[in-house]
Amino acid sequence: MGFGPFLLLALLEGTVAAAVLALTAVGLSLVFGVMRVVNVAHGEFFMLGAVVAWFVAAAVPGHAAMGFMLALVVAPLVVAGVAALADWLVLKRLNYDPEATIVATIGLLYILQQSALTFFGPTPRPVEAPFTWRIQTPWFGYSGYKLFVVLAAIAILLAVWAFMTRTRAGLVMRATQVDRQTARAFGINVDRVYAGTFALGAGLAAVAAVLVVPVSQAHYLMGGDPLLLSFIVVIIGGLGSLRGTLVAALVIGLGDGVISMFFSPTLAKIIATLLVALVLVFRPQGLFGAKA
Amino acid sequence: MSVTGKIWALHLGVLVMLAVAQAVLPAYHANNLARIMVLAVFAMGYNIAFGYTGLLSLGHALFFGFGMYGMGLAVWQVEWTFFPAVVLGLLAGGASAAAVGMLALRTAGVSFMIVTLMFAQAGYLTVLYFNQYTGGDQGFAVEAFARQVFGYDLAQDTPRAVAAFVLFAVALVLNLVLVRSRFGRVMAAMRENEERSRMLGYDVFHVKLRVMVISGLYAGAAGAAFGVLFGYVGANFATVQYSILPMLYVLMGGAGVVLGPLLGAVVMFYLIDIASGLTSAHLLVVGVALVVLVLFAPRGLLGMVRERWLPWLP
Amino acid sequence: MTTNDLTGQGPSRRMVLTGMGAGLLASAAMPAVVWAQGAPIKLGFQLHRTGIGAAYGHWYERTAQAALKVVNDAGGIAGRPVEIIFEDDGTDPARGAEVVDKLVNQHGVDMVFGPLFSHVVMGSAPRAGELKVPYLVCSEGYHVASGALNRWTLQPGITDVRSQIASMAPWVAANLGKKVTMVYPDYAFGYDHRDFFTAAIAAQGGEVIAQIAIPPTETTFTRYLPQIPAETEVLYHVMVGPAVLTFVKELGEFYGTGPKPQLFGFIDSLEAVDFATPGLEFLEGTHFWEAHNRVKQADAGEFETAYRAAVGVDDNGASVSDAADVATYSHMFSVWETLFVIKAGIEASGYAGPADRQKFVEALEAMTDMPLSAEHPQGAKRFNGKTHQVFGVQNISQVQGGKLMRVHQTTIEDGLYDDAVDYTTMAF
Repeated sequence: MGFGPFLLLALLEGTVAAAVLALTAVGLSLVFGVMRVVNVAHGEFFMLGAVVAWFVAAAVPGHAAMGFMLALVVAPLVVAGVAALADWLVLKRLNYDPEATIVATIGLLYILQQSALTFFGPTPRPVEAPFTWRIQTPWFGYSGYKLFVVLAAIAILLAVWAFMTRTRAGLVMRATQVDRQTARAFGINVDRVYAGTFALGAGLAAVAAVLVVPVSQAHYLMGGDPLLLSFIVVIIGGLGSLRGTLVAALVIGLGDGVISMFFSPTLAKIIATLLVALVLVFRPQGLFGAKA
Repeated sequence: MSVTGKIWALHLGVLVMLAVAQAVLPAYHANNLARIMVLAVFAMGYNIAFGYTGLLSLGHALFFGFGMYGMGLAVWQVEWTFFPAVVLGLLAGGASAAAVGMLALRTAGVSFMIVTLMFAQAGYLTVLYFNQYTGGDQGFAVEAFARQVFGYDLAQDTPRAVAAFVLFAVALVLNLVLVRSRFGRVMAAMRENEERSRMLGYDVFHVKLRVMVISGLYAGAAGAAFGVLFGYVGANFATVQYSILPMLYVLMGGAGVVLGPLLGAVVMFYLIDIASGLTSAHLLVVGVALVVLVLFAPRGLLGMVRERWLPWLP
Repeated sequence: MTTNDLTGQGPSRRMVLTGMGAGLLASAAMPAVVWAQGAPIKLGFQLHRTGIGAAYGHWYERTAQAALKVVNDAGGIAGRPVEIIFEDDGTDPARGAEVVDKLVNQHGVDMVFGPLFSHVVMGSAPRAGELKVPYLVCSEGYHVASGALNRWTLQPGITDVRSQIASMAPWVAANLGKKVTMVYPDYAFGYDHRDFFTAAIAAQGGEVIAQIAIPPTETTFTRYLPQIPAETEVLYHVMVGPAVLTFVKELGEFYGTGPKPQLFGFIDSLEAVDFATPGLEFLEGTHFWEAHNRVKQADAGEFETAYRAAVGVDDNGASVSDAADVATYSHMFSVWETLFVIKAGIEASGYAGPADRQKFVEALEAMTDMPLSAEHPQGAKRFNGKTHQVFGVQNISQVQGGKLMRVHQTTIEDGLYDDAVDYTTMAF
């Protein structure tokens, strides 16, 4: 294959990766931004989304698209509910102390992962894509569904943006992010804002997972990679900055897609993780974020 | 009895109990105890950083891994014998902690946790990347010649138990001396109020770096010992799970209590072992333990004991 | 050990397996075999119930249970009933060593068998050696025959990767092409493939023109595929882990309707995966290595039929109770065969208890030919006592109408290679 098509495929794959990553990482970023909570269980919310999608798709008879569309609605709601419950039962009681919540969400990670093992089982299970249209270029074929993933991700991210900037709930969330005490003084129910934020963040991870699950499969250990990548994106983008997160997702997604075509993917991951550590040490506001 | 007398009596008493337990327990549990003691040394190192100084790291697997691979590669690649290989592992643990500390200690709190986590992840991936030298994820068995000490074979249960006990006893006594020393009080001051320590003229960065190195030496010693005593070196010992385990042991047993890591290791090891007989999702107990501890018993078991009954517990 | 010891029960064998009054017949034929005479023989099974090996573990457990039932229905081993104690190792080497400990020291098993993943074997074998307990692995890895392990570790139930490759490379070179690109997992199992196939194809006048290693944690693969050179005649693929279906699907999308090289895959890439999954249609006409044919072949004999029935696998290789639950058919026979090797070894050595463990290993080392039989339904085997490795026939199948049909079967001789170790000279 010539260099041109090679690069085209790399860019396509990178765009898909970036789209999914952006959805997942925006959820993580939102939770950190508003609540100052580093949610280590974020990858497990992603996994949970995929697992719920499998249950829904398996339960719905008829055309695959029916099950998929229903999963796209049900899975994020279920996962958001689980997250809100976790917030109420655990995080709230810790008064959102940053270090204690990290320990607690590590615990949550194990609880969710092992519950999935118990109820879903250890074998990976596929969810059928809603359609199987394929694009054939002269050099290679490409899944049309993957392009749908990109469009869907963009649409959802736009909706999140509109929600944050155009609605009262979004305004309340941003106000709480800026100053929790003042927000409370103005009569904002901070507890409810936090529960809602945590649920929204988890729900976004779940949406990303539902979109991905027809491409990969639902598996109880699938949460590890999205978590690590989301961390990388959120930190490079600047902790808590949504715009920075989006830019970083695009850079990391495309960069990873292109770089790993030329270098060992393991080496690419080593470099990325070291880069994150160094960014946090030397430029804690992130590479793309404004000064905190 | 003076407080010092009580402290030494308690800790030496625990060591005597461990020695007796090693001798009388059935083979399976005696062997578990050897494992637990080595892992408790790892957790003691973690406790020195977290429990006494307030450095909450998520990257200790890196130091443990450096200890294990420092020892293991010296045996595998250049055929070093027991003592030089284990000493190399110990030093590798300390050196890696120094290197990470130099960078990570410029941050604090959540950033410190993530930086250490990322360094450890990079270390794990490095083991995989250089698989032709490290054996990658498959790892390698430690050859028999390196498991001979003074004519004893560490592959045998009794010499192994003795070796694990000696390591643990030395680590425990040093830990006790450390926290009761002047430097130990500086560490605690650092945890309680960093700003105040700074104003009193302490070089905060320098103190923390020394703590990291000590912690890394403990982790390195434990990693090297685990590899040589149980005969296997593998990449999974460098995964994030091995950063979480010592944290869990310390939280369970009691952060900032010398005996906390041991108690935590015993309790968690057996919780996991028993759970694995009941359900395939046995790691659930790790998750539940973490959440319950952080919610209801943030000081851990011995922390509660100290609060209620034994205020002199170091 | 002669072949008679392995097939000793002669005429009653088939009836044993089909459960037609077998116990009575067997005890009538062999008076020494009386049910429940003496304490049970306890076997420990190191099981990948969770972790990345879980899809295999699920079927390994099922196969072990089925073989156990057959053994006990026929009067047990040396007249003693048999128990298997399963312990989950989480597909984790550290836990693996603890599990060996637990099985031996707490459950008091006579010996341990069953692990598949090579890092678990690597992590556990030293402990088995220390405990001086026979450790019979079902892992395909070359680590046993390479000499990396110890006298107590044997692989009597499945041929290793090196032998599988050596036996098939000539057919690949002669029928599919000589310019080969390899796609394999970036860890030890993949390196065995890389090293041995590269050498084997070179010996046939062929050449590996590209080697693409993929990290085992990868969940998407498309970006690796452009590295396949255009002049590739044969694409040799072998993947393991939870993402295997994704790999094969993306391979199909990548080639689409365009021209593609001949595909030669190890069935590992599709173990426990249904060929009828949407997106796999492009595999029609491609070839796979199979140790044991997943789809029941037209020439399947009585042993194959009985084995399938006992484990509960239908003619397509799925569970009889759930057609979506596809077996790891090409590997799990090793559990069955290993259990019967244990039986033969115990009976040949006169093993009575843990004190006889060394005698048991020596009895296994003395084994040679194991003919196709109810005990060895995958095919005849030849055990090499020096390298502790067994050698068997291999199959090359083609996907025809969505089903894997055998087009070639190798001989045992095709897969033999020079000994790299002589464990029998090592101390116990």
